[in-house]
Amino acid sequence: MSATRCPVGAAGGAATDRPDRPDRPDRPALVLRGLKKSFGDVPAVDGVDLEVRQGEFITLLGPSGSGKTTTLRMIAGFTRQSAGTIEIDGVDMSHVPPHRRDVGMIFQNYALFPHMTAAMNIAFPLEMRQASRSEIKRRVAEALALVKLEGLGDRYPRQLSGGQQQRIAFARAVVFHPRLLLMDEPLGALDKKLREALQLEVMHISRQLGATVIYVTHDQEEALVISDRIAIFSRGRIEQLGRGEDLYDRPVSLFVADFIGESNILRGRFERDGDGGWLTLDDSRWRVGAAATARVALDGDRAAALVVRPERLRIVDADDAGAVATAAPAVNSVEASVRDVLYLGSTRKYELTLRDGQAATVRQQVGGDERAWQPGDRVRLAWAVDDGVLVPIRAAEAVSSGDLPARTRA
Amino acid sequence: MHLFRRATSRSGRRRRGDPIVNRWALLAAPPIAFLVAFFLVPLIVVSLRSVTDVPRPTDDLLANYGRFFASAANLRVLGNTFWVAALSTVVCLALGYPYAYLMNIVRPRVAGLLLIAVLLPFWSSLLVRTYAWQVILRDTGIINTFLLDGRVIEEPIPLIRTTLGVMLGMSQILLPFMVLPIYAVMRRIDPEYSRAAANLGAPPFAAFRRVFLPLSLPGVLAGSLLVFVLALGFYITPALLGSPKDTMISQFIASAVQQRLDWGIGSTMAVILMGLTLAVLFIASRLIRLRDVFGSLEES
Repeated sequence: MSATRCPVGAAGGAATDRPDRPDRPDRPALVLRGLKKSFGDVPAVDGVDLEVRQGEFITLLGPSGSGKTTTLRMIAGFTRQSAGTIEIDGVDMSHVPPHRRDVGMIFQNYALFPHMTAAMNIAFPLEMRQASRSEIKRRVAEALALVKLEGLGDRYPRQLSGGQQQRIAFARAVVFHPRLLLMDEPLGALDKKLREALQLEVMHISRQLGATVIYVTHDQEEALVISDRIAIFSRGRIEQLGRGEDLYDRPVSLFVADFIGESNILRGRFERDGDGGWLTLDDSRWRVGAAATARVALDGDRAAALVVRPERLRIVDADDAGAVATAAPAVNSVEASVRDVLYLGSTRKYELTLRDGQAATVRQQVGGDERAWQPGDRVRLAWAVDDGVLVPIRAAEAVSSGDLPARTRA
Repeated sequence: MHLFRRATSRSGRRRRGDPIVNRWALLAAPPIAFLVAFFLVPLIVVSLRSVTDVPRPTDDLLANYGRFFASAANLRVLGNTFWVAALSTVVCLALGYPYAYLMNIVRPRVAGLLLIAVLLPFWSSLLVRTYAWQVILRDTGIINTFLLDGRVIEEPIPLIRTTLGVMLGMSQILLPFMVLPIYAVMRRIDPEYSRAAANLGAPPFAAFRRVFLPLSLPGVLAGSLLVFVLALGFYITPALLGSPKDTMISQFIASAVQQRLDWGIGSTMAVILMGLTLAVLFIASRLIRLRDVFGSLEES
C-alpha cells in the first residue's frame, strides 16, 4: 500500500522547511494516551500521554530505566502495552501487529541482516510491500544516494564501518516512507566525533524527507541539538515536554533542572509575597520572580528550590555587598569562596563553595570585561531575580538528595 | 568441522621469546598418548591389513579392494549405507529443527526441560533401547496388538523389519546430535533481527523464511553433517529393526571379521567407509565456508 507513496528523491532539494505532504492531512502523527507497561509488578511506563505533530522531531530523553525505550517499543509494536492506546496517523494501532504498523525503526545495534548485502537490506521492506522489481531497484539506489553510500550496495554489513552501517540502517528504515521513524539510540555505538557529524545528518535528512521522528537517547546534548521538542522521562512518566529552550530556561522540576545542562540549586522554604515570593534558608533570603512563581503551584510555606544556570551567575567582590544591595530587589546574591578555576578555552568555569558548604558553578565568557578570580577569593554570587527558576521539592527528592550539596552535572 | 578449522587457524604464530611448547600444552599429553595408542595405531594396523591380508599370495596391493568392488552385493550395501544415513539425516532434521526452534522461543526453564527430554535416550543403553523398539514394533508388539484389539486393522502392519523401523530407532538415537548444534546457533541469533523484519513489514512466516532460517543454516549444516557421519557407522539398530535390504556396511564388516574371520576384507571395508566419510567431511567443510557469509553472527 505504501509502495505507492512518493519516492524518496521527490522530497529532495535543499528545502530546510518540512514539505507539506498532500497525503497527510493535518492530524497528529502520533497520539499516546495513558500508555502503561508493567513487567511483573514493576511499572516500566506509568501513564504516558504524548501528541506528536506531522513532521516533528521528538526526542524521548531520560536516564536508563526511565521508560523511554519501552515506550518506543510499544509504538513499534514489539511490546504490548498493559494499558492505554497508541494512535498512528489517526489510526488506532494499539492492537495491530508490528508488521502492519508501517513505522520504520533504527535499532541501537542497527539489526542489519548479516546474510544480506546493504542493497538487499534496503530492498527488504519494499519486497515485503510487493513493489515491482524495477521500482525496488530505483528506490534502493535513491536511498543509497540519500545516505551518500552509492556504490556500497554490494557490501555485507560486516564489511561496512559503524558509521556506514548506521547509514544503511537509516536508508532501510526510510525507504518505504513509514508513517513514523523510530530511532533507539542510533548513534550510541559510535565515537564522539562521528556521532556529532551524524546527528546533524540525521536531522537534515529527516527534515528533507518530512519524516516524523521519535528519537530515544540518554544524551541531553544530542537531544538539544536535533529535536524540535524533547520529552524528559523519569520513572516511567514524561516529566516535562517542550522545546530545548523551555526545558533549559524553565524546568518544572528539580529532576529536569538537574538532567538538562548544569544547574546551581539552592534549597529552602518558599513563601509567597505579592506577585512573587521569597526562598529562605537559615538567615539568607532570595527573591523569586513573579513569572517563576506563577508557573509553580506552590502555596505558602513549602520546601522548594531555586535553580540558576551557571552562565546566569555573576561573581562580584564580597565587599561590593553594598552595590548588590542597592540593585535589590532585582538582584539576589549569596556569599561564596572560589575553590577551583577551570580554563576551558572559550569559557572559564569557576567551582565555588557556598557558606553552608554547598557547591556552585559559574561559567564566564573568556575575553569579556569580567575580572578573573583566584582560588581562595571570597566573593558574592549575584543573579537577576528573573534568572532564578523556582521548582518544588517533592518528598522523594527531599529524602533521596536532600543532604547532597547543590548538584551540577556536565 | 568448525572445530577443525578453529584449531588450524589458532595454531599459528609463536611470538619471539615464547617457549616452543607452552607448559600448559603438557596437560594434553595423556589424552594424546591415549589416542595414539588406541586409535591411531589400530587405524594404521587396519589400513595395513586391508593390503596385506589377502586369501592367496599376490603382488596386487589392492587385491582386497578389487574383491570388494567386484561384488554387486557389496556395492549395493555401500549405497544402502549412504541412503539410510541420508534418510535418517532428513528425518532428524524434520524433527530436530522445529524442536530446536521451540527450545529457542520458550522460557529458559521450559527450554531446560526440553533439553533434558532430548538427552534422555543417552541415559539408557543403545541395545536396551533397540530391543525396546522391537517390543513396540513387532507384529505382536504394543502398536499392532492395540490396533488389532481395537479392530482398526485386520492384519498386523509391518513395522519391524522395515525402513520405517530403522528410521524410528536411528532418529531417536541421533536426534540430539541434530538438535544441539541447531539450538546453539539459534540462541546466538539476536532476536532484534526478527523484530527488525517485522518492523519492515514482514509477516511472521516471511520474517522466518527470509531472516531467521538463513541465519540458522550454519547449525543445520553442522547438525546434518554430524548425524550423517554418525549414521554411516550404524550397525545394531539396522540389524535388529531393519529388513535385509536395510543392511549397512558395518554389518558386513562385523560378519566378515566375526563369522568368516576374513580380516582382510573386513579391514578393506572399514578403510573404504572411512575414506568416504572423510570425503563427505571434506566436501562439507567446503560448503560450510558458507559460514563466513554468516560470519557476523558470531560478532553480534
